[in-house]
Amino acid sequence: MAPKSGDAIFASVDRVNAELFTLTYGAMVRQLLTDLEEVDEVNKQLDQMGYNIGVRLVDEFLAKSNVSRCVDFKETAEVIAKVGFKMFLGVTASVTNWDTEGTTCSLILEDNPLVDFVELPDTCQGLYYCNILSGIVRGALEMVSMKTEVTWLRDMLRGDDVFELQVKLLKQVPEEYPYKDDE
Amino acid sequence: MQFFGGSEISPSPPMPTASGNNGHMMYIFNRNGICLLYREWNRPLKTLSSQQDYKLMFGLLFSLKSLTAKMDPTSVEKGNLGVPQLPGQGCSFHSFRTNTYKLSFMESPSGIKIILVTHPRTGDQRESLKYIYNLYVEYVVKNPLYSPGNPIQCELFNTTVDQYVRGLG
Repeated sequence: MAPKSGDAIFASVDRVNAELFTLTYGAMVRQLLTDLEEVDEVNKQLDQMGYNIGVRLVDEFLAKSNVSRCVDFKETAEVIAKVGFKMFLGVTASVTNWDTEGTTCSLILEDNPLVDFVELPDTCQGLYYCNILSGIVRGALEMVSMKTEVTWLRDMLRGDDVFELQVKLLKQVPEEYPYKDDE
Repeated sequence: MQFFGGSEISPSPPMPTASGNNGHMMYIFNRNGICLLYREWNRPLKTLSSQQDYKLMFGLLFSLKSLTAKMDPTSVEKGNLGVPQLPGQGCSFHSFRTNTYKLSFMESPSGIKIILVTHPRTGDQRESLKYIYNLYVEYVVKNPLYSPGNPIQCELFNTTVDQYVRGLG
């Protein structure tokens, strides 16, 4: 079976109301701010939660999209932007700013349903509100043997014009025989 | 030369019944070689402990995969046999058949391996394996109480898989 397009999958999966989704995420971030008090801790926690989501989400992505494997990191980035984001978030990202080695790129999100209705108050200026997304990308890529570093370069809540997520490929982990001989 | 009488060189078991019940057993492994699930429907003979059995099966697949990639006549770039492959490198096999059983194999890029052992005359099982992978996503991955990397203890998944495999032609 040929890989499906992001639009086709988005049309066929169950969805929840966008406002419910946005407000639930907002309520969760709000609660984390109350519980953890430090903005940095909240960033870390969101990243960790995203990672845990990404570790599971990758299987759903693979099962529903029929994507088998990508020849290189460039294709991987395109698939995440065009199929992955569309399938789970309903928006597509664009991939730009490749470095010469082809290991670092940026995913640009012009539209981000997570931040509808959101304004950062003065007390939360250091908050990466969408840090869960970077965690998800990192977790999902780790499950397909790519260690990455994912950071926010631009954030609309901080006054930038778009969201820019930098994905840096640190290394590809080869498959190894998991048992030791003497076991 | 014949050792054990019998006129056929490779005797075949009876034709599969149209009503299903052609599944023998199924394994699901993760990338670390942990057997997440083992289901058995028809396996009269067992010689190994289950742990040894899982390890043997995983080792077989692992070696067979690197062997098939090494033998690939269409690709130029090949490492030495046994050198670990990067994800996306090399080809893989999807089934092999002996005179008494057929083993079908699927691996997702995330390292989930699903192995289905069936009657040797059953047809192409690639779509069935994909279907089981989808069941795994729906019943296991989406189960918030399941922690990834641990053996699956999910009754709903077991019964759904049992039911599906029983219907395979």
